[in-house]
Amino acid sequence: MTARASRIGLLVVLAATVAVPLVVSNFRLFQFTQVAIYAIALLGLNMLTGYNGQISLGHGAFYAVGAYTTAIMIDQWQVPYPLTIIAAGVLCLIVGFLFGIPALRLEGLYLALATFALALAVPQILKYFEHWTGGSQGIVLSKPNPPWGLKISPDLWLYYLTLAILVVLFVLAHNLLAGRTGRAVVAIRDNPIAAGAMGVNTALYKSLTFGVSAAYTGVAGALSALVIAFVAPDAFNVFLSITFLVGIVIGGLASISGAVFGALFVQFVPNWAQDISKAAPWAIYGVFLILFMYVMPRGIAGGLWLILARASRRGTARRA
Amino acid sequence: MEILFQQIVSGLATGGIYGSVALALVMIYQATDVVNYAQGEMAMFSTYLAWTMMNAGLPYWVAFFGTLVVSFIGGVLIERIVIRPVERAPILTIVIVCIGLLVILNSVAGWIYSYIQKPFPSPFPPRPIVLGNVVFGAHDIGAIVVTLIVLAFLYAFFRFTTLGLAMRAAAQNPASSRLCGIRVGWMLAIGWGLAAMVGAVAGMMVAPIVFLDPNMMAGILIYAFASATLGGFTSPGGAVIGGLIVGVIENIVGTYVHFIGTELKLTVALALILVVLVFKPSGLFGRAAVHRV
Repeated sequence: MTARASRIGLLVVLAATVAVPLVVSNFRLFQFTQVAIYAIALLGLNMLTGYNGQISLGHGAFYAVGAYTTAIMIDQWQVPYPLTIIAAGVLCLIVGFLFGIPALRLEGLYLALATFALALAVPQILKYFEHWTGGSQGIVLSKPNPPWGLKISPDLWLYYLTLAILVVLFVLAHNLLAGRTGRAVVAIRDNPIAAGAMGVNTALYKSLTFGVSAAYTGVAGALSALVIAFVAPDAFNVFLSITFLVGIVIGGLASISGAVFGALFVQFVPNWAQDISKAAPWAIYGVFLILFMYVMPRGIAGGLWLILARASRRGTARRA
Repeated sequence: MEILFQQIVSGLATGGIYGSVALALVMIYQATDVVNYAQGEMAMFSTYLAWTMMNAGLPYWVAFFGTLVVSFIGGVLIERIVIRPVERAPILTIVIVCIGLLVILNSVAGWIYSYIQKPFPSPFPPRPIVLGNVVFGAHDIGAIVVTLIVLAFLYAFFRFTTLGLAMRAAAQNPASSRLCGIRVGWMLAIGWGLAAMVGAVAGMMVAPIVFLDPNMMAGILIYAFASATLGGFTSPGGAVIGGLIVGVIENIVGTYVHFIGTELKLTVALALILVVLVFKPSGLFGRAAVHRV
């Protein structure tokens, strides 16, 4: 597949997403906004776990920090919402970077353990600071109105806003990962000692990756607070973090487009499964997690890539 | 003073339960280098099996030992079917598979038994034991005793039986053990079976206190992690001692440190895990991990 073909493909996808609101109902639009939000969060987690090899089972925590930053800033201090999204990103960058420093000492399983504990503790911590977070009741927000006197519904505006942020963040991530930084990040995953010997500052890169990853997830959290117009502690339980993990595994580890596939999966598959039983979505998640690890360890993105590569090879072979 | 003493005793009781889940984690970790995230859910599922048997009219101890047998078989099957294909895979793969197992067991339990809490009987008399001014729940004491019996049983098994020796050998040096004719794969499977059994005991001991529901082990699992981390992931005895220490710390902190109370209990475990991992990653009794470059 040539670079030009994939660029055209991207443009087509982008045009399709811009046109989505013209053909779907309001509820579907809300779901697609959710997909875009998940995609941002998954891209963040994928940078850390997929590209850098640091396992986080607690990214729901950063999602929560982002969501609550936005909610508290709007609710308590009446800050304009665009500023709160930026604040959520910056705050998560700092928190993630700081969490990344002790994480340097934890390898593999132990990091997974510490972040798993973090994921389990989040709802309790949120409930504890009741004065800020509204305790179990949570915080109710109102959806922001579109700016510049645009005559569109708040839902539609939020969809386009999320989409715009998604595109910007994906381009940033692509540029970051395609260059020198990305090679350093991947080298650390594949062989930290060799990377260090090549002159990569592993400690700095690892904690920076943690920070950037947390920032992405935090921005996603902030957007989710705006879109749902409500935050409550129990939404940020350990299963949220596991959902993110499911998303990157199904979508494709260490793949940028994988974040989108993963987001579509975690948004729509549970809805279908819910018709069977309330507990079914998670049973299906579990089965998919294990099956993908056995048969498609690089996820949907990796699988598609394989199919396309084979098809194009066959194509060139025929031409030759 | 009496309050303190009482807190310590009930801390030891819950600590014993953390210790037995931690013990199960450590057993699997030692044998296979896998931290079993599904350990808590396996224990929960076993407890539901016990509940089903009792509901069918079996007496407590019949159901108890029946559950142990079924759990053992279940543990062996899980190792054979789910874990074995990824035995040599990278850590990320194994973590993901275990998490998959966790959510499957959790949701299947919810599917079959619903999410409504169920009471679970205790085999010990409800009447409290009074010593001086201190009152002990009979179940607390019973739970400690049961944990100690399990520990003694495991110790004897690993120390005095040929199978136990073979299992230790398989964990320590798989290649040489295989050359001696030990079936290493099966040793690992038996390790999972035993861990599932230990988990089942812990589940049946904790269920009368926290009530039976599919999410009952989430909090206990994180405390078991804290216990295993504190005691050292390479030391079974350390895991149990770690569990007792964690149980006592949890109770004393909850009683005397007012800004923590009962609302931040899980956060205490998180802080404990982080502190141990950062300052003494091998735990109190564990060996430091050494990698060959």
